[in-house]
Amino acid sequence: MNVLKAVSMPAPKRLRDLIREIRSSRTAADERAVVNKECASIRESFRDQDNTYRCRNVAKLLYIHMLGYPAHFGQLECMKLIASPRFTDKRIGYLGAMLLLDERQDVHLLITNSLKNDLGHQTQYIQSLALCTLGAICSSEMSRDLAGEVERMIKSSNAYIKKKAILCAFGIIRKVPDLMEMYIPATRSLLNEKNHGVLLTAVCLITEMSEKSPDTLHHFRKLVPQLVRILKNLIMAGYSPEHDVSGVSDPFLQVKILRLLRILGRGDAEASETMNDILAQVATNTDTSKNVGHAILYEIVLTIMGIQSEAGLRVLAVNILGRFLLNNDKNIRYVALNTLLRVVSADYNAVQRHRTTIVDCLKDPDISIRRRAVELSFALINPNNVRGMMKELLYFLETCDPEFKSDCCSNIVIAAAKYSPNKRWHIDTVLKVLTMAGNYIKGDVVTVVIQLVSETSQLHAYSVQQLYRHLSNDISQQPLAQVAAWCIGEYGELLHSSAIEEEEPLQVSNDDVISLLERILINNNSSVVTKEYAITALMKLSSRFTDCSLRLQQVISQYGSSTNVELQQRSVEYSSLFVKFDHMRPALLEHMPLIEAHPHSLEENFLDGQEEVNLLSDSTSSHTNGHGGTPTSQPTENGDIMDILSSSTSPAAVSAGNRGGGAVDLLDLLGDLTMDAPPIINNPVSPSAHNLLDGFLQPASPQNLVNGSSSPSPMAVFNKAGLLVEFTCQRANNDPTRTVINMKATNSSPYPMSDFVFQAAVPKSFQLSLQSPSGTSLPPVIGGHITQVIQLNNPQKQPIRMRLKINYTQNGNMVNEMAEVNTFPLELWQ
Amino acid sequence: MMQFMLLFSRQGKLRLQKWFSAYPDRVKKKTTRELITLVLARKPKMCSFLEWKDLKIVYKRYASLYFCCAIERDDNELLTLETIHRYVELLDKYFGSVCELDIIFNFEKAYFMLDEFLLGGEVQETSKKNVLKAIAAQDLLQEDEAVESALKEYGLY
Repeated sequence: MNVLKAVSMPAPKRLRDLIREIRSSRTAADERAVVNKECASIRESFRDQDNTYRCRNVAKLLYIHMLGYPAHFGQLECMKLIASPRFTDKRIGYLGAMLLLDERQDVHLLITNSLKNDLGHQTQYIQSLALCTLGAICSSEMSRDLAGEVERMIKSSNAYIKKKAILCAFGIIRKVPDLMEMYIPATRSLLNEKNHGVLLTAVCLITEMSEKSPDTLHHFRKLVPQLVRILKNLIMAGYSPEHDVSGVSDPFLQVKILRLLRILGRGDAEASETMNDILAQVATNTDTSKNVGHAILYEIVLTIMGIQSEAGLRVLAVNILGRFLLNNDKNIRYVALNTLLRVVSADYNAVQRHRTTIVDCLKDPDISIRRRAVELSFALINPNNVRGMMKELLYFLETCDPEFKSDCCSNIVIAAAKYSPNKRWHIDTVLKVLTMAGNYIKGDVVTVVIQLVSETSQLHAYSVQQLYRHLSNDISQQPLAQVAAWCIGEYGELLHSSAIEEEEPLQVSNDDVISLLERILINNNSSVVTKEYAITALMKLSSRFTDCSLRLQQVISQYGSSTNVELQQRSVEYSSLFVKFDHMRPALLEHMPLIEAHPHSLEENFLDGQEEVNLLSDSTSSHTNGHGGTPTSQPTENGDIMDILSSSTSPAAVSAGNRGGGAVDLLDLLGDLTMDAPPIINNPVSPSAHNLLDGFLQPASPQNLVNGSSSPSPMAVFNKAGLLVEFTCQRANNDPTRTVINMKATNSSPYPMSDFVFQAAVPKSFQLSLQSPSGTSLPPVIGGHITQVIQLNNPQKQPIRMRLKINYTQNGNMVNEMAEVNTFPLELWQ
Repeated sequence: MMQFMLLFSRQGKLRLQKWFSAYPDRVKKKTTRELITLVLARKPKMCSFLEWKDLKIVYKRYASLYFCCAIERDDNELLTLETIHRYVELLDKYFGSVCELDIIFNFEKAYFMLDEFLLGGEVQETSKKNVLKAIAAQDLLQEDEAVESALKEYGLY
């Protein structure tokens, strides 16, 4: 019967014949025709349950699948192949399963039984097929079913099976982390093996386990000396042709071990100590003539940065990265920049040394490298190098791709605000950004610039004339137009001033100015916002240019019928100011008061989207601990920087909306330090009570905390311009790490002080809490005083140091004072 | 761990796809299309690494074939280049001076080789010799079976 069948039906096409036929089709339609015909024939074959050629048919189907055609009808056939006793069938069957039968398919679970059988097969290659498939497509259920089998196979004495089983377990643990426990006992002894495949896979498994579970990590930490030994043997052992890659002995294993060391050494001083030597050794012994050597050095750098390594080693790592930067191979340069970006916060000084090379990378032809270089450059700006860096960055801004421009602008503006050596330079830089970056600038930059110009009163004339010049050259850049329009409106009269630094004074008539603003209004490319600015500016000019009222009135009233509601509204309202309320006009249009500064709001908004840039995923820099994940782009200086600031909420003045203002003060206090999330406020007492009982309410007496000791004499910590601040310090008897300080402030000057705010900052190891002050005003001639209680926790018994910041208003002037106190008596902390 | 590996020609035709994580079919198709477009658009002067979604893409061109791997953020890109190179060396040894046609007409053998070198997205064997030995042994098994069934058909076994 079979013979008859074979005679009547030709054997199905061979795989390579099909491939040849498909490739020779000239059009897509041709190809489709061939494929469809073949699929039909294959389907018929499957229906006839043809065992002999099933393998060939499935292979053809897999090829067709790779071309992009549907092949789901082959899924069951794959299962039949897997169930066949022939190795050839199983081989194709399992391949088909891996390609067609991932866990999302309905029939997926049906192969579990076959897998189980084959895992226990006597032929190792069939076991291998099953392990491979399981590792590739295991689902949660399948993993649970077969986890035990895999665990048994890890203990096999056959290295070939062992290594595959280990990686299978790796896959299972990824899918079902709960199953990790059962593999730990078997894993322990795996590092004693000599076979590189087993070692490699074992290290891989241990790494995965340690990353997933802190307990397991702790358990495996004792393997560090063994890992160090294995690594040492690898590099000392001399040439082994089997595992050699361009002169390096088994780089895959080396890198895997280095990565595991990184994970085990993270946050653990002892383990890190054990690794220091081998890391230095591998770093110096590795031949870097080929990519493989660099791959190992790269991993070493990541490991050094990720553990608690000694300073010398960290410098070595940064220098390796510096060498990478000079390499001709762009891949290596890219990797270097990437890593430098991750470590710049922790090892700022070391990275600074390579600044010139990094800045050169701004001109690299590869966009990924340029992107990295730009981020890194911003991180490296400091007051010393800001001029040079800005020059390079502005040049980059001019020539860079549009996708960079927006972020680059914001960053430049932020950096300029932080590090500008003087106001003139600051304004010049910001103006350059406005003129170069066109419409890519973000909206909040405009506000920041306006605020900057308005607060730099001494440069108003200079700023407005420069802006006028730039605007008259080009009205198409909206941010520039907006800033310029605002300034011209505010400071229009200064356009004629000749007191503007060394520049040539502008020669322009009032009519020219009005014409320029008119041009903006008329231009179709001006955005609505820009036009709004322009029309408001024109209105303001009516009180600056007193001779042009008629013309201004005409221009403004034109927009009374504008189709844009905003413009129309403004026009109508302004026009009515001319007509009906002319007497109020000058008063309404007076110069604006100083805009309250939120210079870092731009930074806060901006940094929120930049989280990944400076977070050190690997680094254990102790400086970043406890910072609640707030990203910063500023370098952390070490040791004695005070980064915990506690401030009291002054009852009357500070409202929630003023938090921004408070943040500014804090930043000023800390200067160039990293800034935390909003400071800790310890004020349970209701503010309103203080308002009513100002002057009468005594602060919560600390007497119940401090018992017994005689009250010590007060020490003066600040004495200036009539303000005297004294500290009376006592150590809590029941808790020697706690000190209570009573602050008392008095005013001996003839003028009263109001809005008095006292703030203090201490080094990292301390905890500070300020209770509510008794009030906020100091009557003159020591008519009263303000007291405040400070509680200081000094668990490490360090010498007490404190930085003070005092604000108050006197005679309408705001006074800001800072002081440092180092003269705390020894008895308080020893 | 490697998430997937794609081999495609300069014309954008897929020659091999190995997925080490489970994705729905249309996600695989979309990903493949996107990455092929991205990689083919790269100029020769650009570096071999791309960022795509939350993965790193490492690609290298060998003659007319692009080898493209997706690795996780913590993986070593430079080592992935070495991994790709090792795979090419294995194919080269096996086929004897491998070219794209070999991989087209023997795609299943390319898969078998990959499965002896990587498992679950990780390298399982770092000795070229051992990988090739295992492949040779399995090919032998297949041949023996073929001979067996041929003989059976003629009633000689």
